[in-house]
Amino acid sequence: MTVTLTVLRQASPDDAPYRQTILFETDDMQMTVASMLQKINADPACTDTEGRAVTPIRWECSCLQKKCGACAMRINGRPRLACDALLSEFRRGRILLEPLRKFPVVADLTVDRSILMQNLMRMQIWFAEDAEPDEAVRGLTYDASRCLQCGCCLEVCPNFCADGKFYGMAGLLPAARLLTALPESQKEAMQQAYRKHLYEGCGKSLACHDICPAGIPVDRLLVNANAAAVWKRRPRRRREKPDE
Amino acid sequence: MKRFLIIGAGLSGLSAAITLAERGLPCALFSLQPSERAQSVLAEGGINAALNTMHEDDSPAEHFADTVRGGCGLADPEAVRGLTEHAPEILRRLERCGVPFHMQNGTLMLRNFGGQKKKRTAYARSSTGKMIMTALIDEARKYEAAGLIHRFPHHEFLRLLLRADKSCAGVRCRDCYTGEIRDYFGAVLLCCGGMNGLFPEMTTGTTQNSGDAAAAVFMQGVPFGNPEMLQYHPTTVGISGKRCLVSEAARGEGGRLFIEKNGARWYFMEELYPELGNLMPRDVVAREMFRVRQSPGCGGQVYLDLTGLSAETWAQKLSDLREELIAYLSLDPKREPVPVKEGIHYFMGGIAVDAKHRAGLRGLYAAGECACQYHGANRLGGNSMLGALYGGKTAAETAAAEAQDAEPDCPVQEDEPLLTPADPRLILQIRDILLSGLGIVRDETTLQGALQSLAELSAARESNAREKARLCLAGAMLQAALERRESRGAHYRADFPQSDEAYRKTTVVCCENGAASVKFVPLPEEGASV
Repeated sequence: MTVTLTVLRQASPDDAPYRQTILFETDDMQMTVASMLQKINADPACTDTEGRAVTPIRWECSCLQKKCGACAMRINGRPRLACDALLSEFRRGRILLEPLRKFPVVADLTVDRSILMQNLMRMQIWFAEDAEPDEAVRGLTYDASRCLQCGCCLEVCPNFCADGKFYGMAGLLPAARLLTALPESQKEAMQQAYRKHLYEGCGKSLACHDICPAGIPVDRLLVNANAAAVWKRRPRRRREKPDE
Repeated sequence: MKRFLIIGAGLSGLSAAITLAERGLPCALFSLQPSERAQSVLAEGGINAALNTMHEDDSPAEHFADTVRGGCGLADPEAVRGLTEHAPEILRRLERCGVPFHMQNGTLMLRNFGGQKKKRTAYARSSTGKMIMTALIDEARKYEAAGLIHRFPHHEFLRLLLRADKSCAGVRCRDCYTGEIRDYFGAVLLCCGGMNGLFPEMTTGTTQNSGDAAAAVFMQGVPFGNPEMLQYHPTTVGISGKRCLVSEAARGEGGRLFIEKNGARWYFMEELYPELGNLMPRDVVAREMFRVRQSPGCGGQVYLDLTGLSAETWAQKLSDLREELIAYLSLDPKREPVPVKEGIHYFMGGIAVDAKHRAGLRGLYAAGECACQYHGANRLGGNSMLGALYGGKTAAETAAAEAQDAEPDCPVQEDEPLLTPADPRLILQIRDILLSGLGIVRDETTLQGALQSLAELSAARESNAREKARLCLAGAMLQAALERRESRGAHYRADFPQSDEAYRKTTVVCCENGAASVKFVPLPEEGASV
């Protein structure tokens, strides 16, 4: 099969972006977009459809198995992890890769997502004293702890922008996790920060729900975190379904 | 002022940074990507500590004995003593940081893991590493806010800065976003992970662990220990671009290995090792898999049968493993057996350190998978995260006690030869040569052949600095495997199938003038280090 791969490229933040199209031949339809990028970058003789040499495409990756969030990018317009996109999904063999749009481009598909970490710092996401976990909601703590900080949820969020005061689901999940075990001394400050940076800005579109590459049940965590931080109720116990 | 430079923000790097910060000592934490992307998030099955919550009369002494036995007598006993005695305290600390370990009625649950008769492995389904990292990133953030941990994200380590007396003065790093190269002075703690990049696509690790940092410091004269000791994990599956781990927890919870023999399922581990069965140490299981595939009447594929696990086990303990196998293999392990194969998973060898985590040069420390410590010739499942946490803490404590005021007293070299990356085709050629020599079963002929191929490859090209370093480190691994003329743990020699007491020593390899030398150094006695 021939994959027609188009990459939105940009040498540096100061350079103009341009599209480069590469014809990539493979018989391995179980290959991921991440592996395809690795193979293209490992081939110094690679040329584009206009016969120009393809310089190494800048992108970030690490685990290649959906557990680290490094390789988030727009694939045919949808933010997702390159290691989670099999070539077999693209029946027409046309793939467009673009950097995430809500973060500043560093080069090609690499964007600077440091705002994610800065927002968690502003929210004071840490335990100032020992955690006081509620065993009944351990499943919620677990689910929230799985957040990859990849940024896909923010890309589709109609309310998030990188310099705004609303921090989006990537900020909400860590807060929701803390709220399941927060010592009394931190509660008020966290509740205030939660209202200011999460609750008030969220339009409940839940666009984040379908996009999360880790499949985190963000709606349930949102409901429970709202209950704990805004309505000051104990989170509801999750009903475990043994067959799922 | 004392300065501390930590290279790598995975589990060992975070542990070191937090340890320093708790003592009010500021540090710089360099990493290519944020901690959320570190290989530690991939650790699955759990972390060992003799907490004895399952009331099986477990103790740190038994944890010590199992670790030393699992490591086939090659682990530093004093270091392992510290590791196993501090393990319960480390686990309790993680609980206080909010790690959602599996609990039942207020009791921290422990599971069975390979090479250990007692339940000793604390876990959070099969994402234990991710859970621990999430909690420790919070902990580090607290100290970042307090100005004690200063992160240098998207920074690549290039090399050590050495004084004329070969002591370590600092590091040279490059900001991958801006391209800026800078020198930083202070005590250096290398926490840069295993050498996965020597075997691209063939390990369960991450692409960030390129092996370049290890190769660079090896070329600078930092001695490495036991580089021939590669852990092949018995149960991995091939996915696009890598080997994907099927956690040992799957066997801990009741998974069984079998191969088709004369038309029937042969549960070979249970027959060959009635006591521990499928939970023998990883080196033994991997070797038996290799053997049964070649035995008469057997099919070429070993399977892991998880179909007997209860619905509750899947939901409560292994849900993420099942999701992963369905996503990447379109195979539901609850309904059909998983075809598995041995894959490179862990590097027991690495930068040689003493029990206090001092590396071979003054002012240099190493911890985590990049260091050769705790695991001897074979690592027990559940000991890697423990080793990273305890190792990072110990390295930081030693550095804090020994550090001098940092002075930029090292002549700064202006040109930087390590900027040009290694040719990706050469990286694959070196990988294939290493694989030909460093398989599960090795012998003199294949190792000599691999060394010969490596020498020819090296002679046939004009290599850049990174390529030379990689060739040199690869040569050292092969040379070490050649000269260890015995079988021990992960190192199995078909031509020397027995262990030889004369080789119960650490292999120490050194790079001198671009060539590797090998010597065997007796293990330290307990209580030897100061």
